[in-house]
Amino acid sequence: MPDGALEIVPVWWAVPAGVILCALAYLAVALDARLSAHEDGHGGGWTVPLSRTARLLRQRRRTTLAADTLLWRIGGAGMFVGAFLVVAVIPLGRWVLADPQVGIVWFNVVDVMVWALVWLTGWGANSTHGLVGGYRFLAHGLAYELPLMFALVAPAIAASSLGVGDVVAAQDGLWFVVWMPVAFVIYLVGVAGFSVWGPFAPALAADIAGGVLAELSSVDRLVFQSGRFFFLTAGAAFSVPLFLGGGAGPVLPGWAWMLAKTVLVLAVLVWLRRRIPLWRPDRFMEIGWMVLLPAAVVQDLVVSLVVVRGG
Amino acid sequence: MLIGIAFWMLAVVAVLSGVAVFMVDSMARATYALALSFVAVGVQILLLQQGYLGLITILMMVMEMAVMAVYMVMFMGMNPALMPMDMTHGKKTAIGASVAAFVLLAGGALLIPWPEQRRGAIPGDLTHALGLEIMGEKMLVMAVMGPVMVATIVAGVVLAAHRTRYDRFGDDLSRRPADDPQSGGVGR
Repeated sequence: MPDGALEIVPVWWAVPAGVILCALAYLAVALDARLSAHEDGHGGGWTVPLSRTARLLRQRRRTTLAADTLLWRIGGAGMFVGAFLVVAVIPLGRWVLADPQVGIVWFNVVDVMVWALVWLTGWGANSTHGLVGGYRFLAHGLAYELPLMFALVAPAIAASSLGVGDVVAAQDGLWFVVWMPVAFVIYLVGVAGFSVWGPFAPALAADIAGGVLAELSSVDRLVFQSGRFFFLTAGAAFSVPLFLGGGAGPVLPGWAWMLAKTVLVLAVLVWLRRRIPLWRPDRFMEIGWMVLLPAAVVQDLVVSLVVVRGG
Repeated sequence: MLIGIAFWMLAVVAVLSGVAVFMVDSMARATYALALSFVAVGVQILLLQQGYLGLITILMMVMEMAVMAVYMVMFMGMNPALMPMDMTHGKKTAIGASVAAFVLLAGGALLIPWPEQRRGAIPGDLTHALGLEIMGEKMLVMAVMGPVMVATIVAGVVLAAHRTRYDRFGDDLSRRPADDPQSGGVGR
């Protein structure tokens, strides 16, 4: 990589970037379905995203009494759109759509939007189960968001910049994951959190009839669910410039390394879903505040000391 | 030119969604109308090229409104928050106070002696310059204020909570693990 300098590509590259996000999200859904099929002892699974999409598109839309349709739709559509906003600041090798001075804050803003979006989706249906799900998510949010923010601070301190390009450039030689592993792990916890994924899925759990998803049907359900996978994918992709050296790597070009690392992180996140039980919001609250937050702050302190000592 | 138009349109959005807070009949809509108003202001700050301040405004306000959604169901008696309801109360006092506040602020904006023309050059890093202008000399005050505010919040919660450490740990504070109505995940 030539000095880690990023090249801002014309705005129409947003279309291929979106397509790549969709393709990676497809891979995540398919891999998850494949693992499920494997556990059930049969093959296949790779076409599940297609069949699920087709089924949802043919489904008749369910309506509920006195639903707050405006807020309901805003919630679902926002989930769908959000991850695309994140992609704008993720460099693919040395190409990026935008490299603002505050790229990391931009990412943080979008992931905080999920708080509102999931709750609105739960609220809109005028269904008790949906609302309970929405509140479960907010409870999780209160526990994972601050550790996530402090985990995002670590690479920014090390690079002395909130710009994603600068963070990538600062990892020339040594990837941040090597000397800030705690921040990396907490970041991945946060990614699972704002994707309502794996241990953070109690908001969608079966014990409350699907929670936020309870009354979502047809295209609304498709939009919300794909939004979750887009967020999971974008979160995995953002971890690469943040902690894994961006497009750095031997032989292959930067964009190939970027995609390869993203797929790897994404696959780990998908695989972990069936290895970790659901975290009850009330219990995770204490884990978030008593374990993750102090760990993230200590990580930031260590990073700061290294930066100050290293000049 | 375009930025000017966008700025004024956002101003209209901010004001209209601010008005909507008091017009709608649903707590959720009022909350998120307020959030929209703040987001519009945040984007305006972005248009002023204050990237960090603009994004932080949006972040804080969306988070705050989401938390408000928790509080409104937790603390509103009889849970009218879940029902259609009137967002206004104490109308005469409220209208008087808001008109007075508006006159004060708008009068200040009109009467203040704004500089006739720009003095000095545009700084390279606007956020940095603004931070120095606002904080600058007062950094020590700010650094002290932070811990004091946190201590106030903690003290407030401790005073408001009906369970004390004696309820949790027993009269001689020796009971382990603590006797909590809801067990946490760390197992204290």
